[in-house]
Amino acid sequence: MDRAALASRVHLPRQPLLRHLPVALVAGVVLYVVVARLSTYNEYQVGEIGAYVVALVGLSLLTGVNGQISLGHGAFMAVGAYTVALLMTHTSSNFVLELAAAAGVAAAAGIVIGIPATRLKGPYLAGMTLLFALALPSIADKWPATFGGDQGLTTTVPTAPGSLSAEEWLALIQVGIALVVMVLVANLLWSRFGRAFRAVRDDEIAASLAGIHVARTKVLAFAISAGCAGLGGALLVLSTGVANTGEFPLTLSIQLLAAMVLGGTGTLVGMVWGGILLVYLPQWSTSASNHFNLGSGANAYMATIIFGAVLIVAMLAAPNGIQGGLRWLWAHRPHPGQGGRGAPAPVAVSAGD
Amino acid sequence: MSLFFDYTLDGVANGMIYAALALALVLIYRATRIINFAQGAAGMLTTFIAFSLLSRGWGYWWAFTAVLIIGFAIGAVTERVLIRPLHGKSELNPVIVTIGLLVVFEGLAGAIYGNASRGFPAAFSQSGLKVGSTVVAFSHFDLFILIAVLAMMAATLVLFRFTSLGLRMRASAFSREIARLLGVRVGLLLTLGWALAGIAGSLAGLLVAPTSSFGPYYMDLILVYGFTAAVIGGLESPVGALVGGIISGLCISYVGGYLGSGLEPLGALALLMVALMVRPEGLFSRPPARRV
Repeated sequence: MDRAALASRVHLPRQPLLRHLPVALVAGVVLYVVVARLSTYNEYQVGEIGAYVVALVGLSLLTGVNGQISLGHGAFMAVGAYTVALLMTHTSSNFVLELAAAAGVAAAAGIVIGIPATRLKGPYLAGMTLLFALALPSIADKWPATFGGDQGLTTTVPTAPGSLSAEEWLALIQVGIALVVMVLVANLLWSRFGRAFRAVRDDEIAASLAGIHVARTKVLAFAISAGCAGLGGALLVLSTGVANTGEFPLTLSIQLLAAMVLGGTGTLVGMVWGGILLVYLPQWSTSASNHFNLGSGANAYMATIIFGAVLIVAMLAAPNGIQGGLRWLWAHRPHPGQGGRGAPAPVAVSAGD
Repeated sequence: MSLFFDYTLDGVANGMIYAALALALVLIYRATRIINFAQGAAGMLTTFIAFSLLSRGWGYWWAFTAVLIIGFAIGAVTERVLIRPLHGKSELNPVIVTIGLLVVFEGLAGAIYGNASRGFPAAFSQSGLKVGSTVVAFSHFDLFILIAVLAMMAATLVLFRFTSLGLRMRASAFSREIARLLGVRVGLLLTLGWALAGIAGSLAGLLVAPTSSFGPYYMDLILVYGFTAAVIGGLESPVGALVGGIISGLCISYVGGYLGSGLEPLGALALLMVALMVRPEGLFSRPPARRV
């Protein structure tokens, strides 16, 4: 890396917490101010984005950083959602504890799936997680007395403090937790665990020669990732107020994958783009479908078709996603005094690398 | 005891369908080391095409033949347009692309035909055959399934064992570079592998449709059951696909019969996890040497 490039590097503190926390705090304050000015419906959507971001961060960690694919993260979201709904129905414990339990139970499910996964290569693991996503709802259907059958289970949000409206409070909870999860995962990726995740992704044999316990590392990544998905699922059903299997079809798992790829696999900030797509793309596609008068039958499926088509095109044309594109632009930005000669060496500005 | 007998017959008939889909996955995996997750959805789409042809007054066998040809074409086009550009990249990329294709196929079918499940005609009677005076859970249509899938398997085996085309396909699956040096047109044969898989997938779609709730998603579970069958068989051998299909068909039928219907997917998941933990390379292939 030459001197000019070094000088142009953004200087963030070396200490991970000092690097990530101020950014998250600024984002938190901005979002707090913004949420207070939004309409109720938009608050609801911002909160949903927060819930999806939590799940997507987990998927990005698993697939982008650790190299394991999951087509079943929608099912881990369902595990978290049902856990929190069951706790809310049968106990009256602390709200934070209930969310923690949702993440914990989903992480345990992640360990169960992650242990056979340690011996599997990509396509096998994809097939197994696909079957997991299809099989899990049958548990809820089989025991309707426990899981509420088609109606599902209702969830409640803690009462809002002070002058906040219920919607504002919910959106702030969801967005706030998303920020906390992003800071925690960013710190994790900066630590020796993050280095181990990447080493295992790049070359398992080299990683084990370097003293990394490959199987343990992969299971750990799976558990953390599933835990994030479970927490995201729990946050998501707070918005809808009800946890039922219809909320977590196979399509959701695939849309999560598409959102992760489009946002930028392996990045954390890119997952915000992914969450925005998950919430807004169905709306845009429905209005586009209305615009072209495709009929109500087509409306319902337009988002699905667009998600699939965009996933294919992105994989063929831009596998680094939106965040990858932004990083490329940042690395290739014009430099004063350099006369625009030659691009500087790519500089990693996020915690992902 | 007679219940066990019925579950067994049912399992064999269903296992044949899983074997057909497993054969499709195996044909593609042998040629390109890719699992085609869109295989089931492609079979769903071609079966909807058959549905349209039938409702326009086509005869069953004409529609049947036409749809197998369309399946062949879809397989070939998929390989050429979507899979070929991914060659040499991460093994996750084709997984994601075929998943994207699965979603597009299901979305198209849903947008055109709607979400409601319909009835799809069977080629033969679906009421149980009579053995002596007792009716067993095996119909003329099940017999047709058995014969159709076995014929497909036999044709595949003959192709690979006894024809020069099959030898060249095996050579290009074994080593692309060496086969190419020997004058084999590897690219064409990879496309042919995907196209043949398209036929097997379409056949599976046509055979499942009469016995299931025929709608945009009816092949989802068949795909993962077929995947389970293919993994048990080792993903490399057509015979393995057949054996794996019957094993998974029987297991899934017993789980559904004795533990309650609705639990079949969980039974399949348990079966797949056990198979992957005990013998991840499958029954019919050797564990690969890992190159450091």
